[in-house]
Amino acid sequence: MPSLIDLMLEGRKVPQHSPWPRAMVDADLWKFAAGELARGRWSLLDQWAEPASVHMAIMDGLTAEIATVSLDCPDHNYPSVGLHHPPALRLERAINDLFGLTAEGLPDARPWLDHDCWGVGFPLGNRVYGLSKTSPYRFLPAEGDGLHQIAVGPVHAGIIEPGHFRFTASGETVVRLEQRLGYTHKGIEGLMMGADLERAAALAGRVSGDSTAAYAYAFSKAVEAALQLAVPDRAVWLRALVAELERLANHLGDIGAICNDASFTLMHAHCSVLRESVLRASHRAFGHRLLRDVIVPGGVSHDLDDEGTKIIRAMLGNIRLRFPALIELYDNTASLQDRTVDTGVLTPALAKQYAAGGYIGRASGRSFDARRTLAYPPYDSLRFEVPVLNEGDVNARVWIRVREVEQSLSLIDQILDRLLQGPLRAKVERLREPREGMAIVEGFRGDVLVWLRVQDGRIERCRLRDPSWFQWPLLEAVIENNIVADFPLCNKSFNCSYSGQDL
Amino acid sequence: MRKLLFQSLFRPPFTEQAPAPDDAAVNELASAVGNAARRRLGRSLSIREVDAGSCNGCELEIHALNNAYYDVERFGIRFVASPRHADVLMVTGPVTKNMREALERTYHAVPNPKWVVAIGDCARDGGCFAGSYAVVGGVSAVVPVDLHIPGCPPTPTAMLQGLLALLERVDAGAVAP
Repeated sequence: MPSLIDLMLEGRKVPQHSPWPRAMVDADLWKFAAGELARGRWSLLDQWAEPASVHMAIMDGLTAEIATVSLDCPDHNYPSVGLHHPPALRLERAINDLFGLTAEGLPDARPWLDHDCWGVGFPLGNRVYGLSKTSPYRFLPAEGDGLHQIAVGPVHAGIIEPGHFRFTASGETVVRLEQRLGYTHKGIEGLMMGADLERAAALAGRVSGDSTAAYAYAFSKAVEAALQLAVPDRAVWLRALVAELERLANHLGDIGAICNDASFTLMHAHCSVLRESVLRASHRAFGHRLLRDVIVPGGVSHDLDDEGTKIIRAMLGNIRLRFPALIELYDNTASLQDRTVDTGVLTPALAKQYAAGGYIGRASGRSFDARRTLAYPPYDSLRFEVPVLNEGDVNARVWIRVREVEQSLSLIDQILDRLLQGPLRAKVERLREPREGMAIVEGFRGDVLVWLRVQDGRIERCRLRDPSWFQWPLLEAVIENNIVADFPLCNKSFNCSYSGQDL
Repeated sequence: MRKLLFQSLFRPPFTEQAPAPDDAAVNELASAVGNAARRRLGRSLSIREVDAGSCNGCELEIHALNNAYYDVERFGIRFVASPRHADVLMVTGPVTKNMREALERTYHAVPNPKWVVAIGDCARDGGCFAGSYAVVGGVSAVVPVDLHIPGCPPTPTAMLQGLLALLERVDAGAVAP
């Protein structure tokens, strides 16, 4: 049975692509790869395009080998992967919206990001856009007796990002949920083209505010891979510290917010206090509550002084003191457990098929955590566990977060113990020839993938793939047969990114 | 649960002193806001928040306004679920073209008198997203804005200063210059 390496050998290897290989393939090899994805031997990490070519990043589930295959599209079309492998469906719809490349055989040809509001078609492609009449967006049908539709959004009742949810319900029970996203599409990949590295790094950190550090981390690592740049030790360790602070703040906030969506506001109030303590420590230590613009290509932009270290340690101590009582409260409140246990169950099979990452995958038996599986420094020298559960319900997704809070507390302690003195940043050179780099970093909601091509200090093309691409569709599956009132609970337990997906 | 609640009785509250209202905000409001009818609203403001394409960073800090430290509700400022219940429309994001209509409709659904507060650097003029094919370029390009609170994102303290300035103007029944 051919391995990913065999596939690479069949194609024409692209030079100056790091750290994993990229190869140009023909349509037959492309279709073969799609088949292997459909058979579950490989996982789809991403699918993206350029004006005249389409790319697929693939991971071998068993060996964790990663490779990218690329197919030229001189006629603006390519064989659809989504035809065989559903996780690619929305990616291919988005590729068509932005680049005008048609996935032949794509079962769902509706636009995804394009709401016919841009005033331009195929904005990133080189295809001449003929003006055509667009019909209103058709939602998928559901047939049965006594069904009614509930339309929610894009503006939502809370303080939250916009998106549209079309429920078909039978009484209180959800028969089908269909999402329509794209409302926060800002055209970031377009803005990246031609940008210098400083602007591009700032844009990368503004794709998804709650993952600004993870995105900056992945973007910086992709640049460093492309330029073969070594980051100084102190910066390597500080970056992990920043990433763990972000993970900690998000998990603490989410645990409370999930309980809040079951009307248990006491947990939310106390968890918000703990989250605030992390944000204040981050502000004092690195100059920004959300840690924006701290991780940059070459290293970090802000050092950690003794005062900052003390405040972080005090914050960790306080969380260790207060957190266990809150978890005990969560576990012992029967009415809350009644809401979260067995609600919104994601089967391990679906999690595996979609290569769903983060707490969503790990609560449904998929153990992938980029920090462990891809072991990027300094995580290869740190002691930590990757918690995995199999129940896949809201409760399991809460528990994964609880365990990851404990792991992050330990990781931050270890990093502070082992932090060495030294320079903060390596100088980023401008190289004349085009170089490509890819990086995968474990953000709090899953793996963030960045691929880019840089030449002479400018980004030619940058792809930023949010973990939510492989999580949003699963929300449609888990809400089935749950009551409408449990949707906020399921949605918050997923906490997918709208802005990250929409880009 | 009872233990946690009982403990809170004996611990000092987290809630911090209110910051002074922001000077720049007061000045902006002085020129933008002027209507004696607002005095009738009393000392409270109901806010409807709309994300018009932000990265979600501003939303995180707006959430923080409701935590025990900032406790925005003690000033009579509360977030409501419907534009029909709102005095203030709080908007984040550069206004993506895909959110333009939704923002306009929400604005028109807020009954008069109303004010619009634009939160964040990209809400002012599109910020780092300005110039994109997908972005309008600032909330004021879509609906009239009474107050901008800059930042990426603005801290809860900065937002609180701006909101308190708004509250003062409303309460004082500012007269148009």
